[in-house]
Parts: sequence; C-alpha cells; structure tokens
Amino acid sequence: MTPLAERPPLLTMSHIEKTFSGDVVALRDMNLTVNEGDFMSLLGPSGCGKSTALRLISGLMHPTRGKIDWAGGQGSDDLGVVFQEPTLMPWATVAQNVWLPFRLKGIGYNEVKDDILEALKLVGLENFQTAYPRELSGGMKMRVSIARAMVTKPRLILMDEPFAALDEITRFKLNNDLLELKAAIGCTVIFVTHSVFESVFLSDRIVVMAARPGRVIHELEVDTPYPRHESFRTSAEYAAHTRAASEALGEAIGEAA
Amino acid sequence: MTIAENAPVVEVIDAEEAARARRARINRIAKWTLPSLVMVLTILAWHLYVTINEIPHYILPGPVLVAQSILSDWELLWPAMLTTTRLTVFALLLAILGGVALAVAFTQSKWAEMSFFPYAVILQVTPVIAIAPLLQIYMESAFAAALACAWIVAFFPILSNTTIGLKSADHNLEDLFTIYGATRWQRLRLLAAPSALPFFLGGLKIAGGLALIGAVVAEFVIGRAGTGLGLASTLLEASYRFNFGRLYAALILISAMGVVIFAITSFISHMMLRKWHESALKRD
Repeated sequence: MTPLAERPPLLTMSHIEKTFSGDVVALRDMNLTVNEGDFMSLLGPSGCGKSTALRLISGLMHPTRGKIDWAGGQGSDDLGVVFQEPTLMPWATVAQNVWLPFRLKGIGYNEVKDDILEALKLVGLENFQTAYPRELSGGMKMRVSIARAMVTKPRLILMDEPFAALDEITRFKLNNDLLELKAAIGCTVIFVTHSVFESVFLSDRIVVMAARPGRVIHELEVDTPYPRHESFRTSAEYAAHTRAASEALGEAIGEAA
Repeated sequence: MTIAENAPVVEVIDAEEAARARRARINRIAKWTLPSLVMVLTILAWHLYVTINEIPHYILPGPVLVAQSILSDWELLWPAMLTTTRLTVFALLLAILGGVALAVAFTQSKWAEMSFFPYAVILQVTPVIAIAPLLQIYMESAFAAALACAWIVAFFPILSNTTIGLKSADHNLEDLFTIYGATRWQRLRLLAAPSALPFFLGGLKIAGGLALIGAVVAEFVIGRAGTGLGLASTLLEASYRFNFGRLYAALILISAMGVVIFAITSFISHMMLRKWHESALKRD
C-alpha cells in the first residue's frame, strides 16, 4: 500500500461550517484532506459532527460555508454508503438489494449479474442471493449492506457506525472482513465510530473530533501495515495506538464538558 | 454427526416439546371445529326456541323456514345478489383507483394534499345516508347513484392508509436513493410503493367491508322507490310484506357476501406479503 504521505488527494474539505437553524453549530472550520486509499476513522463523542461531516460529503446536506472538492470532479459512481442499520429493502431479495445502485442508474439485472455475485462472494453470502432480509442475522444483513455499497466499485465508501448495533463477536469478525474487502477492491473509506478500539484496528488515519461546536482537534496516524490480523489486537503496538487515541478522545470529551 | 448418522433414528422429545406439539395439533383442529359447533348449536337453539314456544313466523321464522325461503325464492334472490355484488365490486374497484391515485397525488405534491385533504375528510365524515337522497335526485340511474354512495364510503380508508404508507419509507433508504440519484418515478415505484403495500392492503380489507355496507345503505335509501336494486332492497321489501322467511334469507346472503369479501381480501393480502412482511410471518 502507498505510504500515507505519497497518496494523491481524493477529497478536500476546506473551512467547512454547518449551522442548523436555531444557531446550533454542528461543524466549525473543518479542514480535512482525504487521500486515495485512506482508511480514515472519524472518532468522537456524540454531537461532534462526525455524522454531519458524512452527510456533507455524501451531498445529502450542503455546508453553510466552505467547500468540498473532489479530485477530478464528482461522478455518480463515486460513492457507496453504509448506515448504522443495514437499511435493506425488506420486499427485495439479497441479490435485488445489491442490484439497487445499478438499477437506479437504469442498468438491468442481467448486465451486472456477475458484479452482484462477485460482491456477494466477497462478503461470503453467495449462497443467499434469493433469501429475503428477514431470513438473515444482523451481521449477515450488514454484509449485504456492505456488498451493496461496494458493488459499483466506488472511489469512496462512507460508513456511519455500521457495526455499532452488533454484538462484539460479530463486530470483530466484520472488522477483519472489512479490511480484507478494502484490500480486495482498493477503495477509500471514511468510517465514523465512537469506538477507540475499532478505529485503531481498522484505520491508518484517525481524525479525532470534539463537540459543541463540532470540530477536528487531533489527527493520528496508525502506521501498522496492512494486512492486519486478529493478532494485532493483542500486540504492544495496538496498545500504544489505543492509548494515544484514548488520550485524544479524552481531550475531546474534556473540552466539551 | 457420524455417530448420529449411523445410529438408528430415535427422536428424543422431552415432555415440554411433546405437550407443545399436542397443543398445536389440538389448536389446528379446534380452529375449525369450535366455530362450526357454535353455529350448529345456535341454529339448533334457534329451531327449538321457535318450535317449543310456537313463535309465529312473522315475528321470528325458524331456521327451516329460512332455508326453505332461500331455496324457493332463489330465482328472486340470486339476481338480487348479483346486483349487490356488482355494486360492491365496482364501488371497491373505483375506491382503489380513486384512493390510490389521490394518495399518490397527495404524496407527490404537498400543495395538492393541503388543498384537497380536508375535503376528502368532509366527504368521509358526512353520513352517506344523508347524501344518498341527493345523489338520487341528481343522478338519473339508480345504480349509478348507489354506486356513488358505496364508493364514498369505501374510498377513504384506501386513501388515508395508502397516503400514510407512501410516506412511511425508511429514512435511510430515502437518503440512499438520493445519493444514488434516483428519479422521482424510481423513488415512487421502487421505494414508496412497496413501503405502502402493507398499509394499502390493510385499507383494502376495511374498504371491502365498507363497500358492502355502502351498497346496502344505498339500496335502502335509493332502492326504496321501486327501482328494485339488490339484496338489501329485497330485504326491505320483504319486511314490508311481513315475509320474514325471505327477509332472513336475504340477511344471511348479505352476511355471506361480507364473509367472502373479507376472505378474498385477506387472501390477497397474505399472498402479497407472505414472503417479506412481519405481519405474514409465523413465529417459531
């Protein structure tokens, strides 16, 4: 993987400010450059604007001030999104759910059948194409959601606390799988979380945010090379990174209080 | 697993599971036998009450007389039932068309909803029995006037349920559709419509019953002028003639129609939702 310093920028947020009606400042002067191939975590307490930042990047919201620039301009294939809930259509089968991003672009099922199968293989659900979401466990639904986000091979995948509602065993398993997936398709990921452990295990850049007003207060680098395996969780390196991230998060919480 | 495969198949069922299976078996049978038994006993009690107390048939006809009436008056009852059925089915179909179309218009345009929803409510809350005589004056055909009555009663639950349903789509899915640049039409067809389906089908079940009630009310009011509409007119006419056997026969046929409509709408609902919706799932 390209070292951090040599990665070309993908997306630049400059002097972003977002104020909601009623004078709530969700984000103040946020400056952030996301580089191609980054696995970036946005870590912070509730109300620090990390979800707002994702909504701004995805274009669901527009900044009050400042701008977001995509290298080479933004196309319609640039984004994949995973929410906290699996957000599947319950009336559609697994394969139909994964087809959705193509379908909304007017691409027929048969044209992308192989892409859908490949995405489902990557998340280990190739045998569940015709199953309905209700037949799947919480972890499996989340895998379908991830398959849907990556099926178009987007430049950037946004993940908004995708594993927060899952049990720890499932979460660890999905963390491992997510790293493999990212390596397989080589996209950039922005991952919102409030778990220090998750952010250290997954990412190579951690952006720590504080609340009231939402802003970036620290940026940490996790230089442990990929692939990272389960053994990373018990290493001294992991402990050191976790301590650093915890201290930064502690500062973020302290400043808000 | 290999040990189990080689061993003779012995089903080990503990007492609790055995009791559960037994209960399920009993419930399956009781579901049909109990209501049937209640019906037989009621008819028997009715028969005994009428014969023992020698109740005159113009006060309460016995079940035998009613059964005889159904058979002997069949040539009169059958066309009447067809008319009422036609009235009910047309009213229901128009209610589905009108209710769904208006619901879609309401959800596509906030202005349309703000402008017209209050009037849909007024149409609903005004008792149809009060409107029926007016419709009879303004519409030439008695059938058309009765149809309008039944339609007014049936269309509101479809409209209000479908409107709520169309707005009930998951917010994150809405966002996802926005991010992927879905068109208005895609959003309606692929997201709003499937989300609305369970609500619509709930409305359909209510509207089916209401269409029949609307048809009966309309026949009572409009059919009175000797226009000879359906079963309800027949029932009313029989009451004027103290032909209580025929009155009960008509009443039973109307009830039977209601049951059939409910069964059909429930079946449609079950078939459309059974694969994915919580309401159609059996819990283990």
